[in-house]
Amino acid sequence: MNLTLKNLYDDFRDPKTIRALAELIHQESEGLERPVNIMEVCGGHTHTIMKYGLKQLLPEKIRFIHGPGCPVCIMPKERIDHAYILARQPDVILVTLGDMIKVPGSRGSLQQARSEGADVRFVYSPLDALKIARENPGKSVIFFAIGFETTTPMTAALIRRAEDLGVKNLLYHINHVTVPEVMRELIDSRDEHIDSYNNRIDAFIGPSHVSVIAGAKIYREFPERYGRPVVVSGFEPVDVMEGVLMLVRQFTQGRRELEIQYKRSVTMEGNLAAQRQIDEVFEKRGLFKWRGLGNIPHSALKLLEAYAHLDAEKVYAEILPVEEIEDHKLCICGDILRGMAEPTECQVFGTACTPSKPLGSCMVSSEGACAAYYKYGDLLK
Amino acid sequence: MCLSIPSKVVKIDKEKATAVVDTMGVQREVGIDFIENEVKIGDYVLIHIGFAMNIISEEEALASIETYKEILALMDKEERQKAILEGDRCDGGGSA
Amino acid sequence: MKKCITLAQGNGGAENHALIKELFWRHLGNDILDRGEDAAVLKALERPAFTTDSFTVSPLFFPGGDIGKLSVCGTCNDLAMMGAQPRYLSLSVVIEEGFEVRSLEKIVRSLKKELALNDALVVSGDTKVVPRGSVDGLFITTSGIGELQGEGIGIKAIRPGDAIIVSRDIGRHGAAIFAAREGMELESALESDCASLWPQVAALLEAGIQPHALRDATRGGLAAVLNEWAEANALCIEIDEEEIPISDEVRGICELLGFEPAFLANEGTFVLALDPADVPLALEILEAFPGGEAAMRIGEVKGEYPGKVVLNSPWGTRRFLDWPTGELLPRIC
Repeated sequence: MNLTLKNLYDDFRDPKTIRALAELIHQESEGLERPVNIMEVCGGHTHTIMKYGLKQLLPEKIRFIHGPGCPVCIMPKERIDHAYILARQPDVILVTLGDMIKVPGSRGSLQQARSEGADVRFVYSPLDALKIARENPGKSVIFFAIGFETTTPMTAALIRRAEDLGVKNLLYHINHVTVPEVMRELIDSRDEHIDSYNNRIDAFIGPSHVSVIAGAKIYREFPERYGRPVVVSGFEPVDVMEGVLMLVRQFTQGRRELEIQYKRSVTMEGNLAAQRQIDEVFEKRGLFKWRGLGNIPHSALKLLEAYAHLDAEKVYAEILPVEEIEDHKLCICGDILRGMAEPTECQVFGTACTPSKPLGSCMVSSEGACAAYYKYGDLLK
Repeated sequence: MCLSIPSKVVKIDKEKATAVVDTMGVQREVGIDFIENEVKIGDYVLIHIGFAMNIISEEEALASIETYKEILALMDKEERQKAILEGDRCDGGGSA
Repeated sequence: MKKCITLAQGNGGAENHALIKELFWRHLGNDILDRGEDAAVLKALERPAFTTDSFTVSPLFFPGGDIGKLSVCGTCNDLAMMGAQPRYLSLSVVIEEGFEVRSLEKIVRSLKKELALNDALVVSGDTKVVPRGSVDGLFITTSGIGELQGEGIGIKAIRPGDAIIVSRDIGRHGAAIFAAREGMELESALESDCASLWPQVAALLEAGIQPHALRDATRGGLAAVLNEWAEANALCIEIDEEEIPISDEVRGICELLGFEPAFLANEGTFVLALDPADVPLALEILEAFPGGEAAMRIGEVKGEYPGKVVLNSPWGTRRFLDWPTGELLPRIC
């Protein structure tokens, strides 16, 4: 059989296969001694689970905890404010990806900045920033870079390509974050709270496109050090269902391992060329604040010192505020991300906090747990 | 989710480090900065914000699809057997 | 040098008059317009329907149409959706200084062609020229009067048990426009569905079908129409997701940019709520029109979640199909 593009879409969304995997999960779950709480770290998985209604297919013993893997949702207000302030500088064009448009900081969203006259451009690809910089030599073009390991190499490639072309007016505000550190934080911080079977993270579905770049190896510590199984799973509904089945089997067979379900795209080592390009321009930050979760050590990247002259945070240091901004008091995103509460338990869910006017991080992008619940509902059969 | 989708490589420009990829009849130029030494025309790649991230393993994709077929065949068989068993029980019930 | 529209051509004087006469009247002229009066005097219609719409689109010329065609289709389709045959249109054009005359002529020609398909006339018009930067090339407003041919068509006529049909595959206009946008650099054979819908509606009515409601799924797409209907009647509309017709190219663009086909605009696709008994004949009629081979019954009106649209998946799960929100932008996550 020859593989077609249609196979890559349709066979991983095949209704019969989804049903069959659900049946196998039900059978396998009978052997579980207690409920299993699975955190799908990545917002993409949250989206798949809610959009395809996969929760409805699973036995009660399998619970999902919706993780912090949405780069837009976790962006703290302080950083959005930076973007907002930079966008309003004369002779600055702020370029960022479409997802950032409505994320509210303390002063407003970039959409608001644009309506107030700031030159904000939402692009499909970082390479569009390069084009804009070349077309506007008299302006400073600032690329507000967001994203996890998946998206980081594209910013690295942009920086390299701009350097090769001798483009001098393209600066970067780097907000790239990394997955393993926040997973570790979520397990470690659990001890501060009331521990029970209800909120314990028993296993992870590993973000897959992150692993296409960084490799599955980045999750090794979770089974090895923390005894938490990880299955790196693709984003199609069949992938997620198979990933859940693999996790349940680990529990019934008493294993705690790192496995890859998404073998067609993920290897243990990842894309080494991409990793090399990341290392050529970025290094770890000491501390980075995540919206709803607070400061997490080594969980983000910054430009190497050699690129200080292109680092918007340094070049514009004088005008960028550093003081901390509190999350909204009624928002319980932190608890939701830690698996201690469901979106519907929040007082402001769907009332004061909606996707068009989000108060907290989980409502910001369609990948946030609250936004996904709001959008798709949680309909049981 | 780091939205990323499978596409087919239809043209490669090594000089510019770009390729043209096709996603169900829609074509776009993408950067191949991370796969430029390996990529060939006809390969399937994952596209993320204007770049190809990797080359999808055809072998592994087919292996997964094969596994799902086997699961379905197995379940069909189980279901048929269950239906036959249930049929038997019904008959038995009638005669008792 | 290319001939371009100047501010003088909007001055109300000789240049203005020349533009109107040589461009608009030449192509769109008819007995009523040719009189050149301040207002068109029309013969009374027995049951008139009246509507208006403004049109801005970027790019102005897109695969499958242009702003001229769009501005006739849009208004005529609004009339057709009430079961009214389009008759008279007004045409108001705001042109940016520097706009190419050749492009304007192309737009007017395409207006003319689409008017003929509707058997409708432009009977009143206005032209303004504004300084560079005041509008994005060209804005058009059309109002239209039509004559009701159908009985009792309207949102409130929708009732439990009604079948929901979509007249062809969805999302083409939104996807084609997005693909054609500067910076997207997407190549495809995809064309907008931009088309006049009165011929379809007339054929349905002639065949004796009495639709309960019709709505062209323009901005906001299929999702907006269904939500509007569900909300207005406090009924639940249940849709079988796999029945929604979507072309490969629209699917490709949606996969690439993270869009939902049901949120994308259409300009020649409509949704019908009708008696289930009328479905086979309605589909047969729709199938005879371009693109109509994809016409589908996609769901029905029920009562379980009042005011909501529910999507049923082929693997037995359900979710809401919400209103589309916010600006349509590609996303990474």
